[in-house]
Formats: sequence, C-alpha cells, structure tokens
Amino acid sequence: MSVTTEWTAAELMVVNAARQLHNGDVVLVGVGLPNLACNLALRTHAPDLLMVYESGVIGARPSRLPLSIGDPALVEGSLMVTSMYDLFAHLLQRGHVSVGFLGGAQIDRHGNINATLIGPDYRHPKVRLPGSGGSQEIAAWAGRTYLMARHERRRFPERCDFRTSLGLTDDDQAVERDLPGAGPAALVTDLGILAPNPHGELVLTHLHPGVRLESVRAATGWDLQARPDLETTPPPTPAELDLLHGLDPHGIYLG
Amino acid sequence: MPDWSAAVAKLTSLSEAIRRLVGDGDCVYLAGFTHLIPFAAGHEIIRQGKRDLTLARATPDLVYDQMVAAGCAQKVIFSYAGNPGVGSLRALRRAIESGELAWEEYSHFAMISRLAAGAAGVPFMPMNPSGGQDLMAANENYRQIEDPYSGRPVVTVPALNPDLAVVHVHRADADGNAQVDGIVGDVKEAAFAAKKVLLTAEQIVDESRIRADPGRTVIPGLIVDAVVHVPYGAHPSYAHGLYDRDNPFYQAWDDVSADPSRLSGWLDEWVYGVRDRAEYWDKLGPEVHARLAPEMA
Repeated sequence: MSVTTEWTAAELMVVNAARQLHNGDVVLVGVGLPNLACNLALRTHAPDLLMVYESGVIGARPSRLPLSIGDPALVEGSLMVTSMYDLFAHLLQRGHVSVGFLGGAQIDRHGNINATLIGPDYRHPKVRLPGSGGSQEIAAWAGRTYLMARHERRRFPERCDFRTSLGLTDDDQAVERDLPGAGPAALVTDLGILAPNPHGELVLTHLHPGVRLESVRAATGWDLQARPDLETTPPPTPAELDLLHGLDPHGIYLG
Repeated sequence: MPDWSAAVAKLTSLSEAIRRLVGDGDCVYLAGFTHLIPFAAGHEIIRQGKRDLTLARATPDLVYDQMVAAGCAQKVIFSYAGNPGVGSLRALRRAIESGELAWEEYSHFAMISRLAAGAAGVPFMPMNPSGGQDLMAANENYRQIEDPYSGRPVVTVPALNPDLAVVHVHRADADGNAQVDGIVGDVKEAAFAAKKVLLTAEQIVDESRIRADPGRTVIPGLIVDAVVHVPYGAHPSYAHGLYDRDNPFYQAWDDVSADPSRLSGWLDEWVYGVRDRAEYWDKLGPEVHARLAPEMA
C-alpha cells in the first residue's frame, strides 16, 4: 500500500490530526498519537492550545513522551492538578472542553466507536476490549471530536458490534444526536480524511498524497462516498517531521 | 471480622492489616488512577490467599490482572480494563472471555460518580446523558430518570460503598492524616466511600508535618482504620517525586501475562517468593532503582 518512504503511516496521521486543531482549543488528550498531534500543534500553529488529561491534569506541557495518561511528565509544569471526578464533572460535563481525541477497535459509517468488545453478545465476548474509560463522555460532551485510526476494512465496519461512544447519529435512521457536543468533526486515517455529510455519514474529503480512491474504498467496510471536490492533503513538511522526531525520538508511536 | 476499635493503635504491619481488614467475599477498592496504585497491598492479599473478592477500580491495571490470575476475585467492577499505554490486561481478559469471572462495567465518569455518591452518603449520583445506550442496556445499575425540576432526562448510578478502600500515599501521620503529591485521581472519593480504609504510606511523619501544609491533605485520619509504612509500595506504578513509573515493566507485562504458566512463575517469584515489599524492592536491584529515580526538574 505504501507509496512513499518519506514518512510513516503514523506520522501522516499525526501531522494531519495536528492541522485540525485551532489555536485556543481546550483538548482532552489521549496518550499515543493524539498526544503527539497536540504537542505538534502546540509547537506550530496553536501555541495557546490547552492540554487536559483524564488523570486530572490541566494545562500539561510534557517535556518527554508520556506513556500513560497518568505519567508524571504530565504533572511537571502544568497549571493545575484536580481529582478525576472534578475533571469529568467540572471541565467535561460543564462544557469547558472544546476538542476530544478518540480511537477504537471499530469505527462505523456514522462515527460510532466500539472500544468494548468484538462479537454479537455482550455477556459472551469473542474478544474483550478495555472498555470506555472516558471516551463515552468525551464523545458526548467535548465540543467536537477527532477520530484517529489505521484505515482497515475490519476496523471500519458498516455498524459497530457495540457503541461505546456515540457518533453522529444514534441509529441507522439518522436520528439527531441530542447531546451537547457536535460529535466527530473528522476521522483521520493513514489513507485520508473523512468528515460528516449533512446526513451524519462519514464521507471521504481528502486523500493523502499518492493514495488512490479505490484503495480507500477497498479498505472501508461500508459503501464509502467521496465528496465531489475531493482534495489531496499537503504532504508533511520537513519542519513538522523534525518536530515529531524530537517528540518521539525512539519511534515508540511513530514507527 | 475482629474488633478494630479506635482504641487499637492504627500503625501496624501490612500483613496484620490485610489479615484484619480483608475478608473473603469482600468488595475491595484499591485506589489510585495510574499513580500511587497500592501494589504492595495487592500482593499481600494474594499471599494471604484471600478469595471471592469483588475487585473494584476504575482502571484494574496490572494489580488486578495479578490478583485475578492468583484466584482472589469472583468479580471485577471497572471502567477501563486495559494495560495503560500498552494494550490488554491479559489474565483478566482470559477470565472474562472464558466466563470464569463476573464483571460490571461503567464509563469513567459513571464509575467515579458511584464513588462520589458513596463518599457523600447519598443513594445515587445524577449525570447528564452521554449516549451510553448500549452500556445502559448491558448494566441495569444505570437508570434514566426525569429531573424533578426541569423534566429533562438524567442518568443515575448507585452509590458504591466498598467494604475496604486501600490507598497509597506519600506521607501520613500515625493517625492516618494523609497527603498526596501530583495526580490525586480517585483516592479521596474511594476513601470516603469505603466502610474501612487501609492506608499504606511512603513515609510516616509527625503530625506537625501534616499541619505545616494542610492543603495537601486528601484523607483525614478520622476515616482511617490502619496505617502501614510501605516504601515503594506503588511499584510498578509510581509515587510522584519519589520514584518514576516503571514503563518497561508495564510493557514487559504484556508478554508475561500472555502466557498463564509464565504468569504463574512470575507470581511465584515476585509475590509468593518474597516476604514483603522491602524484599521485593531489594530483589528489583540497583539498576532498576537507578532507572526509576525521578528526573530532577
């Protein structure tokens, strides 16, 4: 699938996720790729990004790559450490978080996410996954969310086995989601970017450089529609890649 | 349950505290969100062969993976059952997938709302709806009711009042007035929600040290039943400023826990094979100690 060796799939996703962020956003960050995306945005176009972590850390400026959301590196130099209850109640439920990052084992055409189990029967899981953590509330209450995932057919089914976090609609009849947050604003993959159409369905808006539409369709479990004005994302710049290599010098997440 | 009146001195050994405070079949909450996880207490519960426990924790983490593998649990209550930053809790996952272990599942906010209700002495905690229909259908403890004031829907979860909360802290005095540096997570809610509280502390300090910085106190001695001095009691998690999170351990656990016989060998060597946390820490050796020394800011 790879058409270039100038960057890894993970780097492509992180660079494009970082570009989605606005200066001044209050982001509930996860570890791994979202953490890299936020730190890259902070060092490029969004110096006033406020990074918040489920562990209760507000305004984190990690000096090294945190390997868990409770990593001590998140606390040093942050603005505030609060309890987990207060973080979820006072910040997220109260509406102070503008952006959340989410991923999962399955993401369906409406942006519903499954992080709970694989299989049709909750009580007899074929594969038991870790579960919601904070993602159910982040999906509901953050102003908007960005989803990041490798573009694979089994990962992008027509319908999730279980909806851990709600996407754009709460069923296949495209019922309006009645929640404070707007839901997924974009799904950034290693092949391109998907965004919601007016019917609450994720459609392809961007291809990454060198990726063909047919390959994206083949890697998607539903009948993926492409926007007529389909664009190509600008390639990662040397500056962006340099910053990323500085953030993850051992390639733990970037490969 | 033996008599544990206030007249009994709280300061004791970990083995004595676990013997007195943990009964087979109890609901136990080992507190600490990724930070200050009371691993030493978990290992002592394993060594004493406690059985049929309900293990509640927002993030079961490696400590419950180990306790499940050792056969201590009949049920887990959780909101994120993963190895943080690595992947699966493989022993816990095997026990669930094979049907050997009961489980009750929440989102993080619902889980800590249960503790917050328990801590406040109210029967349930209301939350705004958050689109968790599938989880609500799977767990009858979730209810949707009408806000009596606005008529809008509210989701509720019942108070959780564990039989015992175990909390690891940076410093405590002999009466259990306890202070935490860095991430506080769920420790305060867990302690106030529980019927009894066992405190393990990196340092036992004079009461004057607590009084010099009372804003840092998260748990007052009046709710604490036992205080134990357990340096390095949170490894492989961490105690902010004292020792770092042992990330290589968390990564290596993925392979250890993938193989039941290897996992059982690990328990033999590192839990059953050592007397206490001091011996465990010595056994880790100087290279690990040096690796875990926190970087000075």
